[in-house]
Amino acid sequence: MHSFYLAWKYIIYNRIKTAVLVACVTLIAFLPFALQLLLEESERQLTSRAVSTPLVIGAKGSALDLVMNTLYFGDEHPEAIRMEAVNRIWDSELALPIPVYTRFKARGFPIVGTTLDYFEFRRLEPASGRNMAVLGECVVGARVSADLNLKPGGSLVSSPESLFDLAGVYPLKMKVVGVLEKAHTSDDLAVFVDLKTAWVIQGLGHGHQDVTRLTDPSLVLKRSGSNVAATAKLYHYMEISDKNIGSFHFHGNTDGYPITAVIAVPADEKSGTILQGRYLSKNENQQILRPKVVIDGLLQNIFRIKNVLDAVVSVVALATIMAIVLVFALSLRLRQSEIQTIFKIGCSRLTIAKLLAAEIMIIVAASGFLCGFLLMVVNRFTNDLVRRLFIG
Amino acid sequence: MISGSAMVETESLKFQYHESSFHLSIPYFAVQAGEKVAVVGPSGSGKTTLLNLLAGILAPMEGSIKVGKTAVSDLNDAGRREFRIRNIGFVFQDFELLDYLSVLDNILHPYRITDALKLTGEVRQRAILLAEQMGVDSHIKKHPKELSQGEKQRTAICRAMLPQPKLILADEATGNLDPENKTRILDLLFAAVDDHGTTLLAVTHDHELLRRFDRVIDFNHFQSDGPG
Repeated sequence: MHSFYLAWKYIIYNRIKTAVLVACVTLIAFLPFALQLLLEESERQLTSRAVSTPLVIGAKGSALDLVMNTLYFGDEHPEAIRMEAVNRIWDSELALPIPVYTRFKARGFPIVGTTLDYFEFRRLEPASGRNMAVLGECVVGARVSADLNLKPGGSLVSSPESLFDLAGVYPLKMKVVGVLEKAHTSDDLAVFVDLKTAWVIQGLGHGHQDVTRLTDPSLVLKRSGSNVAATAKLYHYMEISDKNIGSFHFHGNTDGYPITAVIAVPADEKSGTILQGRYLSKNENQQILRPKVVIDGLLQNIFRIKNVLDAVVSVVALATIMAIVLVFALSLRLRQSEIQTIFKIGCSRLTIAKLLAAEIMIIVAASGFLCGFLLMVVNRFTNDLVRRLFIG
Repeated sequence: MISGSAMVETESLKFQYHESSFHLSIPYFAVQAGEKVAVVGPSGSGKTTLLNLLAGILAPMEGSIKVGKTAVSDLNDAGRREFRIRNIGFVFQDFELLDYLSVLDNILHPYRITDALKLTGEVRQRAILLAEQMGVDSHIKKHPKELSQGEKQRTAICRAMLPQPKLILADEATGNLDPENKTRILDLLFAAVDDHGTTLLAVTHDHELLRRFDRVIDFNHFQSDGPG
């Protein structure tokens, strides 16, 4: 144990040199493991969801953006399509269409406008509360609930898209009616609302005072028979409650309202193939995608990059190891006088070797500990890191 | 003609460094137990080589070396090493303290580099007592870089004395000290060897200090050649 005591004293005295060595060894051990950890998690997250989603239909454009946004609610929003795309699939009787509208956010988390079919399709069950039932209600993912401390009975306000766009999207205070069970997918990070609630957030549907009963002349622009034109001063409700829900309405035909994409769940493989065939026309302004194919392409690129990174890490590791060997060799040269002294006092060469070995072991152990700690931290945040790195 | 009462005795000693023209030849050399002997001679005459031979760091080519009752020249490397750490204390010109150890750890250092010496509570107490005697007890937690030259050499003497060696070999122990410290260090070294009945063999170039030794051995009387 004296070897370790002396080695420890040497290391503590030369703490800067030791810190540099520990940092170098930690880095060369940590990088490949962390990379592997991240890639395995990204592969798991991306593949599992892509495999479980048979078909996605959306606007023509970037297939990757469409899949990443529809499946993982990523930040890159593809061009919107019209609600009639859902009806087209219903009419085909080839698949169950599940609309998804992901344009809005609430306190940094995506608001996903969809139908109850989505929950059944993803096998999402409320851990507490219930599913959304009426306009203005929302169900939050497990992570949203934990991060924002939301429980059934609480409320969540949607974020305005731009602070300076007075004519733009206004915030809507939503009632939290349920918290979903942890799914370890992007659903944990989403706020689910009914499609119509998403349209209310956008301003396509709204609720306001009953204009037929207005008494304040400054609120009325024009009256003609039963028709009343209100001024901009008319109060619009920012929250949907039992009292005002009856006043909420939509102008125009909802078939033309926007959605991001449609998840199509075909009855069987053949139906899926037929459905795909219906989107092959050159004049078609929508595309149909198999998410697995898109994600496989992405993963291939990621693993190509990983191979390059592996090569870079190997070269860096080799250079670092050589530098460490050089540091030890130089250190030995500088310590020749010390080694001669302890040899003269009566220390054997084996003991001197043990002293040096103890120093190396302490440095390697410290690096191993630090590397393990860093990997634990990475592991703890892998989900977020993968989302940040690969999904956006 | 090896006698029984001498602490150090060599006979027909011959040594030559590998691939070197230097050679040392000492027909007979003896130091009595408890004696304080100074070794003088020109640079390169082989004074340090003699100390290394007596300590068993070097092995003679011919002749015999006896320290106490042990025939050092008959021992193998490991035996000479164990003999050295148990029986011989070294004091060097450059102190040779380890920068990364405190004063106390430097004094205890011989006990931490060999299984031949056991570091016990009693040894620690003795180390602190020695530090008190040498006047470095107030610096016991300091590192060598925080000490003056004199304090460093006093610490080195503590390290040499702690295992209670039979023989102290001092190689220019006062060579790097100012006149005031030279006298003080020599006083302390003499007091320590007198207290413990230790034999002192000191190589020195300082002729002013010679009168304080029991005896002076002049290396000009031995046959040597080349750098030693």
